Amino acid sequence: MKKVSVSFTLNGDSVKAEVPATWTLLKTLREYFELTGAKEGCGVGECGACTVIMDGEAINSCLCPIPEVEGRSVTTIEGLADEDGSLHPLQDAFLKNNGVQCGFCTSGMIMSSKALLDQNPDPTEDDIRTTIAGNFCRCTGYVQIVESVEMAAKEGK
Amino acid sequence: MEEKMPDHLFVGKSIPRTIETDKVTGKAVYIDDLKRPGMLYGKILYSKHAHAKIKSIDTSKAEKLEGVRAVLTGRDIPDVRVGFLKDQTVLKRDVVRQFKDEVAAVAAIRPEIAAEAIDLIKVEYEKLPGVFDPFEAMKQGSPLVHEVDARGRPIKSNILPLPWKFEVGDIEQARKDSAYISKDTVSTTWVNQCCMGTSGCIAEFDQNNNLTLYDQTNVIFGHIGRITEYFSQIGLRGKKIRVVNPVVGGSFGTKLDTDIYEFIAIQLALKTRKPVKILFDREEEFQALPPRQPAVFTIEQGCDKEGILTFRYCEAVLDNGSYTSWGATTPSVMIMPMSSLYRVPNVYFKATCVYTNNIYAQAMRGYGNPQATFAVETSMDTLAEEAGIDPAEFRLINRNRSGDDTPMKLRITSCGLEECITAVKEKLNWDDKKGKQKGRGVGMASLIHVAGGARVTKSDGHGMMIKLDEYGHVDVIESGTDQGQGSPTVISQIVAEALGVRPEDIFLTFGDTALALWDAGTHASRHTFMAGNAAIGACAKAKRQILEMAVEQMPKIIKGGFKRKKRKDPEFVEPDLDFGLIANPEDLDIRDRMIFPKKDPDHPYFKLPLTQILQNGLHVGTGQSKVVMAEEFYDPPTEMLNWEMKGNLSMTYAFGTCGVEVGVDEQTGEVKILKLVSAHDVGKAMNPTLLLGQIYGAAYTGVGYALTEEIKVRNGRVMNPSFRDYQMLTAMDVVPIEPVVIEPIDEAGPYGAKGVGEPGLVPTAPAIANAVYDAIGIRITDLPITPEKILTALKERKV
Repeated sequence: MKKVSVSFTLNGDSVKAEVPATWTLLKTLREYFELTGAKEGCGVGECGACTVIMDGEAINSCLCPIPEVEGRSVTTIEGLADEDGSLHPLQDAFLKNNGVQCGFCTSGMIMSSKALLDQNPDPTEDDIRTTIAGNFCRCTGYVQIVESVEMAAKEGK
Repeated sequence: MEEKMPDHLFVGKSIPRTIETDKVTGKAVYIDDLKRPGMLYGKILYSKHAHAKIKSIDTSKAEKLEGVRAVLTGRDIPDVRVGFLKDQTVLKRDVVRQFKDEVAAVAAIRPEIAAEAIDLIKVEYEKLPGVFDPFEAMKQGSPLVHEVDARGRPIKSNILPLPWKFEVGDIEQARKDSAYISKDTVSTTWVNQCCMGTSGCIAEFDQNNNLTLYDQTNVIFGHIGRITEYFSQIGLRGKKIRVVNPVVGGSFGTKLDTDIYEFIAIQLALKTRKPVKILFDREEEFQALPPRQPAVFTIEQGCDKEGILTFRYCEAVLDNGSYTSWGATTPSVMIMPMSSLYRVPNVYFKATCVYTNNIYAQAMRGYGNPQATFAVETSMDTLAEEAGIDPAEFRLINRNRSGDDTPMKLRITSCGLEECITAVKEKLNWDDKKGKQKGRGVGMASLIHVAGGARVTKSDGHGMMIKLDEYGHVDVIESGTDQGQGSPTVISQIVAEALGVRPEDIFLTFGDTALALWDAGTHASRHTFMAGNAAIGACAKAKRQILEMAVEQMPKIIKGGFKRKKRKDPEFVEPDLDFGLIANPEDLDIRDRMIFPKKDPDHPYFKLPLTQILQNGLHVGTGQSKVVMAEEFYDPPTEMLNWEMKGNLSMTYAFGTCGVEVGVDEQTGEVKILKLVSAHDVGKAMNPTLLLGQIYGAAYTGVGYALTEEIKVRNGRVMNPSFRDYQMLTAMDVVPIEPVVIEPIDEAGPYGAKGVGEPGLVPTAPAIANAVYDAIGIRITDLPITPEKILTALKERKV
């Protein structure tokens, strides 16, 4: 299988991946870099469990062909906590406010929310709901997820 | 129980889920993320027909594909029957009876290769006539789904040999005595559990053929029972089976049975001598995972002039699909709302399960209760209308009360139903809104559910082991499964409270049969109740050991301290202490990591850190060294249902009421939830924030059940196997939920708590259906209540 060599920034580090050209960013993250925080919930861009941030935008990494990542900057859930282990306000808020239950959607949910807060530190409930419209969750009914993002936004101020 | 422990440090507090920090940092390892050395990837070939003979299978091309390590068909493995009624085999040899039927399986070094190999398998079928409607399937001359039963005896009918029947009192007489009677037919459909993490497992044998199964099941010991039975028939009798849970990406009932893919993974691992992982993709999850059981109910109820219920008569028909999993046993739970939701003296319930060539069903949150409650609560509204009584008032008249023994012999110890109905009325402004405005309406429905265990097997036990190290870390070996419900936090709160340490001192191990004592399963909303009581018992024993240690060590520590002080300072005068205060374990207590005498909790000398006692107790000298370890196997004094389907199977029962206000757009048929009040009798809110998470999540799934969710099955085939076509609610579907928590402390519960995992979902759909009726005067009796159904009904009314 034809391999490609792709250089990009991953959680702040310069990295290079040599993987089959048909691989997606999600597959590369999970199998080449062994960053398994992003999940495959559907593989066709419907559920958002694979969400990562690329150049400031939340994307479904399961739909992103790896050649398109060349020269870009990618942040995953693993790149969110500080080096000393202290959590990002979103991570903290999801734990405090029960925004996480089974946790399978959580990585994607937090990454979508982070992209929102980076661009709009004071979002309305509607902004938050629109942002996570593509992130499915079966456990929470979204209420405490929305509240968690609101809590993190307040924390960030 | 509450009075004895007035000021809890941790129980009842909204402790954050810090113990699950790995879930917010991407570190939590789900089955998707788990790899074993040399692991292969398994893939399954499913049937192309709903009913057909397998004429031939050609696997030669698949076998030759590079990277393929095994190809199995029904001819390659023993033809052993599995499942609740032993009505299917692992790989089907001669006949397929549904589209989900497993025909062949492959193990390969990469998942893509396994998928390619599956495409290379050629199967020749001869189509057989199918039957896809349970009422058709019951008729004489209908195609038979099965030719023989588990013992090889010919089968003459598609009706399952599971005659679910419950009968109390005299229905005929009650009918005559009734002033008002109503009769309705309602139906519910297939619903996918939609766990965000799809189904999967890894099967791995050691050299001696002992099996480790990494698996998402929430009934780890049930898996062992079923696989042990399977092993005994495939030449592996006596082999050890260990089931280990990875982090589980949602369960909602899906992991209750041992599914066919799990047996296939075992067979592939046996054949290849390598660990084999099978992980469903989403389309497979929709097509091959047994969903919630659909059912059709004909329900009749009567009441007297005062509105007191006289009887309830109901017949249900369940489309069993082609094989039998837990879906066929949901009538055992349906009997609970049928007999015991509201006071009703005369009850008849009969459920008939019928084989068809559709997909088969199993459990989902509520286990038959949402379906049956849809029937009962629809009927409560139609009968109230017949009798000219306000539906809320009608429910209050017939409400259950503490101290009731129901016709099913359930003993209602604590019951907050009156408070729940009243709260819903108030929060919805019921009296101002009911029947007042065209296009807007209010409706309500209530529920009863097991909340103190559920004795569905002879043991309803739950084991727990606790050990402390000398640094004060507490290892808790839980025998249940953490499927996201928040148990790691709640159990750590209980252990911290009962033992006298802090939640951050607790380290939990869930889901490992090699470590844990037995458990009946993390199902039936039983975990907090059962594990909580087990934890309290184990903590009491561990505490006793610590305090015995303290009685030995405290005087030594204190006197040793005085000796050292004297050495440093010859002037030091030893205080005159009453060592009688710490002479007996009963005189001591532990709280917030400190040990102290009960009579003088802040004693200047006798209040010592727990770790100091543990260290001194361990490093004490030849032959006297001690560790702290305790276990509790909690099996409550409940009853199995007898042959009449009666018995007090739970220590306590949860009640609740859902009330909704809807707006119905008569142009589009769209139903909008303007307000949803979810009132629950929870015993005691162990962690209020986590409790709300259960209520919100369940209510949301209930709204989906009512309005949008449906697996569309046409001639046996799932037509909408994707999130795009299967309409689960998203964050954009705003449901303004107002939770109401009623806390009638339950004597049997840990710190008074009842189970609450399933209840929130149960009454949501009928509450919405009743509100839609109030809004537009049309009763949609067939879930889900889609805009199309509403528009069609409106059109029919005009004609």
